[in-house]
Amino acid sequence: MVYKKTAQTWHWAAPVAALSLGLAALASTTTVQAEQTLRIAMTASDIPLTTGQPDSGFEGYRFVGYTIYDALINWDMSSADEVSGLTPGLAESWEVDEDDQQVWHFHLREGVTFHDGSDWNADAAIWNLDKVYDEDSPQFDARQAGNVRGRIPSMDGYEKVDDYTISFTTSEPDAWFPYQLTFLLFSSPAQWEALDGDWDEFARQPSGTGPFKLTRLVPRERAVLEPFADYWDADRVPQVDRVELLPMPESSSRTSALLSDQVDWIESPAADAIARMESQGMTITSNPYPHTWPYQFSMLEGSPWRDINVRKAANLAVDREGLETLLGGLMVPAVGTVNPDHPWFGEPEFEISYDPDEARRLLAESGYGPDNPVEIKVLISTSGSGQMQPLAMNEYIQQTFSEVGIELEFEVMDWESLFPNWRRGADHETSLDAHATNITFGWLDPFAAFYRFMHSSMAPPNGFNWGYMDDPEYDRLLDEAKVTFDQEAQDALLAEFHARMVDDAAWLWVAHDVGPRAMNPRVQGFVQAQNWFQDLTPVYIEE
Amino acid sequence: MPIYFLKRVLYVIPIALAVSFFCFSLVHLSPGDPMDAVVSPDAPSEVVAMVQRAYGFDRPLPEQYGRWVLRAVQGDLGLSAANGRAVTAEVFSALKNTLLLAFAASLIGFTLGCVFGTLAGYFQGSLLDRLVTGIAVGGVSVPHYWLGMLLVIIFSVELNWLPSSGAGPGSSSDWNVEWAYLRHLILPAVTLSVIPMGVVTRTVRAMVADILAHEFVEALRAKGLAERQVFRHVVKNVAPTALAVMGLQLGYLLGGSILVETVFSWPGTGLLLNNAIFQRDLPILQGTILVLALFFVMLNLIVDLAQARLDPRIQRG
Repeated sequence: MVYKKTAQTWHWAAPVAALSLGLAALASTTTVQAEQTLRIAMTASDIPLTTGQPDSGFEGYRFVGYTIYDALINWDMSSADEVSGLTPGLAESWEVDEDDQQVWHFHLREGVTFHDGSDWNADAAIWNLDKVYDEDSPQFDARQAGNVRGRIPSMDGYEKVDDYTISFTTSEPDAWFPYQLTFLLFSSPAQWEALDGDWDEFARQPSGTGPFKLTRLVPRERAVLEPFADYWDADRVPQVDRVELLPMPESSSRTSALLSDQVDWIESPAADAIARMESQGMTITSNPYPHTWPYQFSMLEGSPWRDINVRKAANLAVDREGLETLLGGLMVPAVGTVNPDHPWFGEPEFEISYDPDEARRLLAESGYGPDNPVEIKVLISTSGSGQMQPLAMNEYIQQTFSEVGIELEFEVMDWESLFPNWRRGADHETSLDAHATNITFGWLDPFAAFYRFMHSSMAPPNGFNWGYMDDPEYDRLLDEAKVTFDQEAQDALLAEFHARMVDDAAWLWVAHDVGPRAMNPRVQGFVQAQNWFQDLTPVYIEE
Repeated sequence: MPIYFLKRVLYVIPIALAVSFFCFSLVHLSPGDPMDAVVSPDAPSEVVAMVQRAYGFDRPLPEQYGRWVLRAVQGDLGLSAANGRAVTAEVFSALKNTLLLAFAASLIGFTLGCVFGTLAGYFQGSLLDRLVTGIAVGGVSVPHYWLGMLLVIIFSVELNWLPSSGAGPGSSSDWNVEWAYLRHLILPAVTLSVIPMGVVTRTVRAMVADILAHEFVEALRAKGLAERQVFRHVVKNVAPTALAVMGLQLGYLLGGSILVETVFSWPGTGLLLNNAIFQRDLPILQGTILVLALFFVMLNLIVDLAQARLDPRIQRG
């Protein structure tokens, strides 16, 4: 009714609209939402790929991955108090073969249907695996394959055992394989058939098994999700009637949209706008999650980081509390790759804190001093996914480093140039002879946290061992952890590895992000999990 | 006459080819690998190679160019590297929104420019003239993005009168002349209108002042014509120059504005280009630049033909 009244007002005022003089009289529009709609402004510049394997990094998984689809193993995002663990998804249980540790058996959940009503079973699972692994299958989709295959490095084969059991073969024994399967999402074969095998059309009318189904897709502008009434998990029934996802890459645009009530929830608000948003009654949520903001060192010949005293001095030279103040409290100081309360942290002897005197002493021991500073070049970005505020943070580090005798020089590049360099290595021409790279990352599982950076076999182009770290003891511990299927024993090995890494000051650890989000106070029920992904199902709008 | 028209139309072919070559080269000379937009950096090299083959990025550049031009002639600009959708549909969908914004901004800018310019010209040297001239100079000088953000802060954040982003409550494909959609158009259109408003104001002011100084105006008044009739003569004399300037300004606006469209998340060609640059989406970049460039080529062709039609001396030249 209010809308109609406004429209009539416009007709009356139309003749003078060109002069823009009637704005005040015209603009008192109030949007009446008859249903509960949650409007979210994402940082992505487009709606992530909706066919099953999303693009746009983890934000894609967050909003159109785990909403529309399920994996065999899902993330348990129900708690804000501990780092998210794994929980059964489309598989009710799984185990490694007693005789062959390279074979895994997965027992699929029965009674699950896709949004189109077709059944989830082993045939559907194998069809989806062919979708990304079998280039000769009619449903093969290079785009989805490109998005997911790199996340499951151990996959070697798969087969149907019976209607609700499938087996996987890994290239080597790998206790971390279940983590990798959280990235493999399952689309409906029946829907693909119904759409004549057209993945573009499937993107507009996708069908998964997730708690939400996509009801509208306007590329680059909007995606609308609605609850899937027959979702298999009764504990995760969506509370809102609609979720609207809006791509809004500019943080100032997201802030304005929230403050002008165009959206209810924005991802990654700009730190300098948070006080303003709070003063207008907005809710700021945050929680540490598996994220680290580091300098990854080059260990190539000639790099100053080859000297452990320099590495330790750098870790002691950063005033992390000052940095936290600079960021308005939106970070947690990092004293290792993982947080101290994590099972993988271990008991390192080297205690990372702000101790410039000790840093100066260590540098002096290695022959550095005011007349002979350590000269270091670092690759940094102007912005980027998970990079927090790279320019301000790096300048702060530059300042604190200079106080102990480390001179930092930056090679500043855009995120899209820095990120691909990660896999090219410190000796690549695009690294510009830098001694460190500043790329943030998620450490959801041991492979992502340690193996891909620290194992010698992961040197470029195989992985992200950018600085060519080559330590037999690191390799031994990681190799052993990878084939240790007992969780406690595996955690103990990883804790030993991590403690050694900290004692070596193998990286410069600076901060963990806390994933800030800003919301209208109407938004209730959100539990911010310690995860890159979040559950939208408990969220509701308070009238 | 027909020979001139035919020659002029045929000239478009080499120009279009040169434009296409320039677009392709420019995009490929810039740093960045198009594969970065397609596969995640975790992807193993065999997956990268597979996707490279699927997108044709493994072919030599001249071959890629040849294939691209051949497809472009048939209206197929390839697939976006970032989202796999057809570039032609993406570009024309965005172009439609940019045209809407450009025409709205022109309406505001040209109307205000003509009114302000005429007033300033008529009352040259007065306080009103100084005020209008100040507004015009401000309009030409003020940075778009700054003004856009300022308007958002005032009208969206503080007063909550107008939306700060997007093309409407649904999407741009639902756009129609309803207040719910028009209110999304106001702030970006006003922001974009400021430069043409300033340019037109200054032009019209100078022309009106110049015409008023002519002796024939005095003669008209001496013959006893009412001021309103004199005004009509002034307008007739100012119109050709003002129209030429407005035509040029409209051309600039039709090219889209990366900054304004980005500030207001307006889904036009400017925002499309901005996102494509950050995503290293070469097919979208190439396609959008080509379509916009050809748009200008066609616009110039129409202007040339129209001028020749109006002034036969041009054909002889």
